[in-house]
Amino acid sequence: MYQAEAFLLMQEKELIPYLYRTEFRKITAVLCRSLGIEHISIAEDLVGDTFLLAAETWGLKGIPQNPAAWLYTVAKNKAKDLLKRNTLFSQKISPQIQYTTDDKHEIEIDLSAQNIQDSQLQMMFAICYPGIPPEAQIGLSLRILCSFSIDEIADAFLTNKETINKRLYRAKEKLKQDNVQIELPPEKEIDKRTENVLTTLYLLFNEGYYSSNNNAVLRKDLCLEAMRLTHMLTENETTNKPAVNALLALMCFHASRFEARIDSKGELILYEDQDIELWNRELIAQGERYLNKASTGNYLSKYHWEAAIAYWHTTTNNETEKWQKILSLYNQLLMAEYSPIAALNRTYALSKVYGNEDAIIEAEKLKLDNSHLYHCLLGELYSDVDLQKAIEHLQQALKLSRIAADKKVIKNKISKLGKLKNV
Amino acid sequence: MIYRSEPMGEIKLTAEGNLEISKEWENWMGGIAAQNRLVSPGMRLGNEGRTVKPGNIITNGPYAEVKEIVGGLSIFRAESIEEALELANNCPILNAGGNVEIRDIIQMNG
Repeated sequence: MYQAEAFLLMQEKELIPYLYRTEFRKITAVLCRSLGIEHISIAEDLVGDTFLLAAETWGLKGIPQNPAAWLYTVAKNKAKDLLKRNTLFSQKISPQIQYTTDDKHEIEIDLSAQNIQDSQLQMMFAICYPGIPPEAQIGLSLRILCSFSIDEIADAFLTNKETINKRLYRAKEKLKQDNVQIELPPEKEIDKRTENVLTTLYLLFNEGYYSSNNNAVLRKDLCLEAMRLTHMLTENETTNKPAVNALLALMCFHASRFEARIDSKGELILYEDQDIELWNRELIAQGERYLNKASTGNYLSKYHWEAAIAYWHTTTNNETEKWQKILSLYNQLLMAEYSPIAALNRTYALSKVYGNEDAIIEAEKLKLDNSHLYHCLLGELYSDVDLQKAIEHLQQALKLSRIAADKKVIKNKISKLGKLKNV
Repeated sequence: MIYRSEPMGEIKLTAEGNLEISKEWENWMGGIAAQNRLVSPGMRLGNEGRTVKPGNIITNGPYAEVKEIVGGLSIFRAESIEEALELANNCPILNAGGNVEIRDIIQMNG
């Protein structure tokens, strides 16, 4: 009802893109489920055609009273026509193929809210299939689960349309080949399969949060989509696992700093320099709620540690306790699962607790010379100890960095230290 | 690495002391993990135990005839014994009068 009223205020020009973003993924998921994984592209085309038809006819005849329902009906009829033709085709050409053999069998395409929700969830499990590479999983998720256009996906990955088209084509072929089912995995596999889904959602979020893309709006969109999909997992009893809540908590805590970490010119503001007033208290509180929900069961995922670390980053009342906790959590995270980023962050936390000189000794053991972040860290740690060395590391970092926003931050730091040195 | 020390008998440590010790261990092990050299943190062994000898002879405790007992063990990744020695350098057991034994691991096939 609300939706229908909101539509009334929109002009056709902005209404169609809006509906595309909210409805494309819903209809596509339902159609994919009806047609089977081998026909993802057909489902996409059908829904795409439906939107084209909307653009043509709404301009002439005016916007229908319930535009979303119009789209559902048209897409549904298109799909039914196709299925009828297919049945005819398969019966005439290859009668031995027994799919949809019953003449009277009318294919039902159920566009109820419940089925839309279920279909999207099942699609999520089908797409986050470990048999296809992670960047293809993210790309396909953006296309099918988030209604992104190929252009937008190409933008997000800083590449061109052809690359994305090829990547998605190969991924769909692989899903077809391996006969991946569009369904929730059986109970005994759910944890393992949910892990795959979470990895993809985590990468999708990071793609937005740490992206090399300068388009702040697009980056925020990627993060919000990752959060929306993770939230969808928490709404279903079967998939509402502690690790899912931990990941969502992590995302909330990070997202709470959206406004504080990027300035009006789109430049990155480091954690230390952020205006705490700009941190989003509501998102922090939400993160706390999800983190509490995550605290059940007897298994800790890496998201639990990361969420706990992110939680402590949102606190401001006791700096000593905060960094001790963060250091301890990084220690535990690393013991469970190594990652270079965690190793660097642990060392930074160590400097906050035990001072820069101790941290430098630990940092130099990490041997991550090829990482610009490693040199950034050493530049930071040396800046109180040895200015010359600090500048050398930052220059090395500048050489290695490929991310424009990071380069800017490094350059600023070098010029700041350069001035200090000349005093 | 195998951690050895004298049996501590009844462990009488204040909660705070215990916390301090585990923080030391956690920081040390976290530092090794940060170098991607931790294979398994392994486990700490308690003081309760028996020793079984041929002829159904069972003696009390893991330390009936030795001055030192094994307090735990962990598995690390190192290219050489020398590299492992470096890792062992700051092991907290050295501050508690114990020692670390470094051994290579024989890979079993199959």
